[in-house]
Amino acid sequence: MTAAAAAAVAGHAPAAALAFDAVSCTFAARAGGDRYTAVSATSLAVAPGEFVSVVGPTGCGKSTLLNLAAGLLATSSGEVRVEGAVLDGINRRAGYMFQADALMPWRSALSNVMAGLEFGGMPRAEAEPKAREWLARVGLSGFEGRYPHQLSGGMRKRVALAQMLILDPQILLMDEPFSALDIQTRQLMENELLELWSANRKSVLFITHDLEEAISLSDRVVVLSAGPGTHPIGEFMIDLPRPRDVAEIRMTKRFVELHEAIWQVLRGEVLKGYAQSKR
Amino acid sequence: MRLSRGRLAVVHVVIACLVFFAWWLLTETKILAPFFFGEPLKVVRVVYEWFVTGKIWPHLAITLWETVLAFIAGSVLGLVVGLWLALSPLSSAIAEPYITAMNAMPRVILAPIFAVWFGLGVLSKVALGVTLVFFIVFFNVFQGVKEVSPVVLANARMLGASRRQLLRHIYLPSATSWVFSSLHTSVGMAFVGAVVGEYLGSAKGVGYLILQAEGTFDINTVFAGIVVLTVFALLLDYLVTRIEARLLVWRPKTAETEAL
Repeated sequence: MTAAAAAAVAGHAPAAALAFDAVSCTFAARAGGDRYTAVSATSLAVAPGEFVSVVGPTGCGKSTLLNLAAGLLATSSGEVRVEGAVLDGINRRAGYMFQADALMPWRSALSNVMAGLEFGGMPRAEAEPKAREWLARVGLSGFEGRYPHQLSGGMRKRVALAQMLILDPQILLMDEPFSALDIQTRQLMENELLELWSANRKSVLFITHDLEEAISLSDRVVVLSAGPGTHPIGEFMIDLPRPRDVAEIRMTKRFVELHEAIWQVLRGEVLKGYAQSKR
Repeated sequence: MRLSRGRLAVVHVVIACLVFFAWWLLTETKILAPFFFGEPLKVVRVVYEWFVTGKIWPHLAITLWETVLAFIAGSVLGLVVGLWLALSPLSSAIAEPYITAMNAMPRVILAPIFAVWFGLGVLSKVALGVTLVFFIVFFNVFQGVKEVSPVVLANARMLGASRRQLLRHIYLPSATSWVFSSLHTSVGMAFVGAVVGEYLGSAKGVGYLILQAEGTFDINTVFAGIVVLTVFALLLDYLVTRIEARLLVWRPKTAETEAL
């Protein structure tokens, strides 16, 4: 909010929380392969407090896009802007939730949630009660001492969520965070995410290959083309009322219409992606 | 068929007794010459006298002290060099042929050189043990650092870890888990270094006792020394297992089920 206000005072339009400006990303050739352009000429903006989902066929470079936003990867051309400033190095304003398990296996749940505060130099005595509070908030009171391998997949995702949110990042980058979960756990987690998000609106860039998940969570859905050189080919405002229940909203008429419209665009790309993967 | 822990222990003891009995029978009936193969009852008496008179303790203490020192020095050195080379591609590219060459060299032949350099005391045995332990730990740490999950690493970076914090909170714990998985081998190697070092030149230690007995063709004492060494190697191994279980609680055991 403060960054947006500052931009407004300076006479510009409020800066987007996160903006891709003609971003391309090309990977250098590996032995026996060609150079691979994962993302090409992508422009995309996420407004403060907006929940944007990016859908696209598997292997199209969705994760690359997110890694660029996180600053884990450098752009080949174009730039990523965070609250108006060009990103250089790790994106300190962002929290990242990975598709794979990213918890430190040698730390207990509590200690994993504390990690970010600890890295930031907060004394243990101060960090620990906060971590306990966050574990409680994701429904894991009583599991403080468990190590990741002693938790179920859903619980590990909750710990990862708390680990990210405890640092109060203004931008959330989420890379198919719930794709490894079974459908029931997944819908529970999606509802919990929406609840946490609506309590304190962050800007979210949510990557998924599941169109239903994208529609039920987001304010806006962006469709990416099949790789290589993926770029946005369609954008849809999701005007479903909030608060939403991800399971119930799928039954509404508007949801079905939106699903139909987006699928029209996405279908061709999925088929292209599938044809490529078969080659 | 599977045996319970208690029954398995019984089977183990029975097999040991049978071997001992066969040994006794063969030497008693002179099928095997007692001069070369020893006599089990006399071996037992030597061991018994060692412990009753307390004659063995100073020797055993020296051997164990050398083992512990070699283990600690070798592990620390292996950990530091392993972390350094794994995190610095240039240094590892430069050091690689030398590491391979030194590891390929049979290091036991260094014992006489160490005896010349460090004298006949504890230090030369520790040096030999270190050369044995170092490579085991080094290769494990090197591998451990290389196999740190890129996702865990990226996650820690996103959580704001500096380079130093990555070393302390990601690389080190990951590497130590590999060190502990090699703990059994490296403690064993430290023990081998101590005993072989003593055997090749010393004034104290169980290896020295064996060397002396061999000099007077006292085969029973040689066997007694071997028995004592074996028992203490087993004790060390047991100790390591206990330590490992305590320090690696976070590691999933295969087929572990636990009620949540």
